[in-house]
Amino acid sequence: MSLTDSIPNNVDLGSDRKLLRALEKWQPDFLNWWKEMGPDGFQEDKIYLRTAIDVDPKGWATYDYVKMPDYRWGIFLTPREGERQINFGEEQGKKAWEEVPGELRGILRRIIVTQADTEPASVEQQRQLGKTAPSLYDLRSLFQVNVEEGRHLWAMVHLLHQYFGKDGREEAEALLERRSGDADKPRILQTFNEKTDDWLSFFCFTMFTDRDGKFQLAALSESGFDPLARATQFMLTEESFHLFTGETGVERVVQRACELTKQDPNGDARAQGGIDLPTIQKWINFWFSSAVELFGGEISSNAADYFATGLKGRYREAAKYDEHQALGNVYDMTVFEDGKLNQREVPLRNALNELLRDEYVADCTRAVRLWNHTIKKQGVDFELKLPNRRFNRSMGIYSGATFDLEGRPISVEEFEAHRAEWLPTLEDRAYVRSLMVPVYEPGQIANWISPPKKGVNGQPFEFEYVQFNQ
Amino acid sequence: MVPAMAISFQTHPDRYKHWTLTIDGDRAELVMDVQPFGGLSDAYELKLNSYDLGVDIELADAVQRLRFEHPEVKVCVVKSGQMRVFCAGANIPMLGSSTHAFKVNFCKFTNETRLSIEDASHHSGQKYLAALNGTCAGGGYELAMACDHLLLIDDGASAVSLPEVPLLGVLPGTGGLTRLVDKRKIRRDRADVFCTTSEGIRGKRAVQWGLVDEIAPRSKFDEAIAAAAEKLAASVEGTKGPGITLDPVVPTIDDNGNLVYQYVTVELAQDARTAVLKIRTPDEAQPTTAEAIQAAGASQWSLRAFRELDDALLQLRVNHLDIGLVVLRTEGELETVLGIDATLYANRDHWLVNEILAFQARVLRRLDLTAKSFFALVEEGTAFGGVLLEVALAADRIYMLEDEDEKVAVAVSDANLGPMPMSHGLTRLQARFLGDTAPIGRIAERKGERVITTEADELGLVTIAADDIDWDDDVRIALEERVSMSPDALTGMEASLRFPGPESADAKIFARLSAWQNWIFQRPNAVGPEGALTKYGMPERPTFQWTRC
Repeated sequence: MSLTDSIPNNVDLGSDRKLLRALEKWQPDFLNWWKEMGPDGFQEDKIYLRTAIDVDPKGWATYDYVKMPDYRWGIFLTPREGERQINFGEEQGKKAWEEVPGELRGILRRIIVTQADTEPASVEQQRQLGKTAPSLYDLRSLFQVNVEEGRHLWAMVHLLHQYFGKDGREEAEALLERRSGDADKPRILQTFNEKTDDWLSFFCFTMFTDRDGKFQLAALSESGFDPLARATQFMLTEESFHLFTGETGVERVVQRACELTKQDPNGDARAQGGIDLPTIQKWINFWFSSAVELFGGEISSNAADYFATGLKGRYREAAKYDEHQALGNVYDMTVFEDGKLNQREVPLRNALNELLRDEYVADCTRAVRLWNHTIKKQGVDFELKLPNRRFNRSMGIYSGATFDLEGRPISVEEFEAHRAEWLPTLEDRAYVRSLMVPVYEPGQIANWISPPKKGVNGQPFEFEYVQFNQ
Repeated sequence: MVPAMAISFQTHPDRYKHWTLTIDGDRAELVMDVQPFGGLSDAYELKLNSYDLGVDIELADAVQRLRFEHPEVKVCVVKSGQMRVFCAGANIPMLGSSTHAFKVNFCKFTNETRLSIEDASHHSGQKYLAALNGTCAGGGYELAMACDHLLLIDDGASAVSLPEVPLLGVLPGTGGLTRLVDKRKIRRDRADVFCTTSEGIRGKRAVQWGLVDEIAPRSKFDEAIAAAAEKLAASVEGTKGPGITLDPVVPTIDDNGNLVYQYVTVELAQDARTAVLKIRTPDEAQPTTAEAIQAAGASQWSLRAFRELDDALLQLRVNHLDIGLVVLRTEGELETVLGIDATLYANRDHWLVNEILAFQARVLRRLDLTAKSFFALVEEGTAFGGVLLEVALAADRIYMLEDEDEKVAVAVSDANLGPMPMSHGLTRLQARFLGDTAPIGRIAERKGERVITTEADELGLVTIAADDIDWDDDVRIALEERVSMSPDALTGMEASLRFPGPESADAKIFARLSAWQNWIFQRPNAVGPEGALTKYGMPERPTFQWTRC
């Protein structure tokens, strides 16, 4: 099969010499990377996967059994009708860029590379999880997330190849050379070097870390660089499944924790071989506090630059805001100075990372409310809480100080005294890992998690989502 | 922001806020860990190992102490104490909030510090290894380039960069451009690409282009540091020492702001915008053998007086901006200075003598590079001989009293004939008689002798010789006239006239700084309301005026 046939696309790949030349080299390298760093095992098994084949909202994806290395990673830009304008920043009202403006090459490349680097990173972080999947449904979900993160890498690499010349090709290669958690070639953002070696972590990752991606992609989908806006817009279509996997995954663990709590004479879900609610809370505390770092510095000149140049907007910039300069206004930021929390007015453009973080925290708060609804329905007396954004930070204006779960400043000693109560301990991690045994029988599921409310693509939970090779 | 308090240039490793200096045999480690809220002013935060003048004063002190207190050290590894960042360069909000005068003095001092690192490598066999563990941007890379060997971590992200032009609309102000092409001999077209690529260059290409000497992955980084240090140490022969202790050089400062050191005084005439800087020769006996030189340590005049002169020059530059003219005087016996010089030059092989001479040369260069007019007044009771004659030769003019008793004299020593080069490589006599060796030959013939005013005038050592009837008026009028002229024009004129002849990399650094950076620092595209430096970190983007000139 020729290169053009194997890559579904709506960018007229067949007649694009520049892109073809770049991909001829990069595609085999990508496949080698997938084999080396993609899911460990399962490469010869047939997985019931959806593949993006078109950009039509009604029929953009098709479901079928496919071996992962044969997955047709494609290149799609959400189609655009008519001429688009730059909708915010200092170039507002001018025609949107179809090519990289030279003066913005540096920052635009940084934005794209940073986003792109997270995509293969998450695949690498999750590569061992298939061996302990709690059900075939979940095994499929994992691989679906993995191949689509791979496709998101393709989407970003397409931009690098198409618009950044030789420099872009080199960056695209470097994306395949860095490795999550590798001391020598780490991924750019620290969260993407954390271990994701149990399924509760996987659900927390897709719930909290991928949700950062949703807000970043949404902000980029407002971009005045139109190819970036269109690429990220289409990525958001796929991303929603990842968030769904995380949010419902945690919910199913919560549901099962409640059932086992009630089942146990002492109300101890662990005694029943499950994950108890306080443990889930610790995982939430860890992953939320790690994910909020991804939004960057609270007071940031980069954020101001990205907005001013029209490259990265606010969340739902066009739809939500009446004015698109974000000048003259201030953001009332809580800062930590001289051992006290104070309010300080920060020019709005410099506070846009924090503004995006606000949107994110609100979205996470909504999900926690849903989980609590599940707990309440089960009649268990427990409430999950999202920690304050100041809790357990190692970057930004709150790093270097210690805060409790409510965000109150506390001493280091006090924090350390509560550490085992607030964050996963080695014992907690070992315990959760001890529950991670694979369940590969259709319709069966591990004891620590409830089955999903429904299956995939209208199929029942019992469906054989993965057909093993032997 | 100019700190309200006068800045002191005196510090000690025990008091460093931002650096840690440790010594282990013939190795030293200098670890940079800038305290964000430890700057000279509260107006800025020193993020990501970015520096202000206070940070650089500590660095200069460390480099100096390594030479005098730890001469056994052959290699100093410059490291960062922060994760994934070596040094982000000069702090931009600090520059943005500083006066023009402060920026200029800051850049000048940091340049002198970088040159002192190269000087230590060249004259003292103390090699510097820059261990670049992460981001190395702007002034951070310039600091690295002052070192002998650059080792960059190869982690797919860490780069060296000079982002001043694309990001800030100014130049790398600490010799970066000159060191790229003159010292590291990077091809000029590649240097052009590098200096306009804000994200810099990393990994293999950084080595290919010669931007760094070596790369190493994180897991082998410490190993690579050790190996490179070993190699540098092997390039240095012999052992030196034992070191001496550099005691503090702290002047008493009276209500008028006058500075009184042991051998040096600075008397300020604030209204007249002049100062008198006086260097006294010692009454105490000075060492006459190598052993005695070693034993006398920091107390001997040849070192002490020049440390005081050094501090006085820095004080004048930074804390007395309106003083336009400095009268250079000496007091004491010509023979005393000649005797001290003679002992030093007879013992040039001794490590401490080598250090003292190299230090005197640096202080004299600091004088050459100070943006004030200097007039030397040679009168009765003055001692402009040898190294103190060199002080006079650094001045813009030399006035010498022609007295009937022929008591007024100057004298030449070895100090005037080679070992105290200016930053462009010429001696002050060579620069004075550019391209004509005959006058220097005639002057050298008089080495060690008293040269009275009429002779000095004939030899070309004197600008104006005046008898005692004319002297007072001539000198007074010359001073008053001088300080009435535009200080900017005088700075430019003096810098142009002081360095006739060829350029060296060192001289270019200061010449380019004065001519280009200090011009750009005044331009609307940098510091105007819409300028890049003004807008850095602000919500709005800069707007440039596109006129090329």
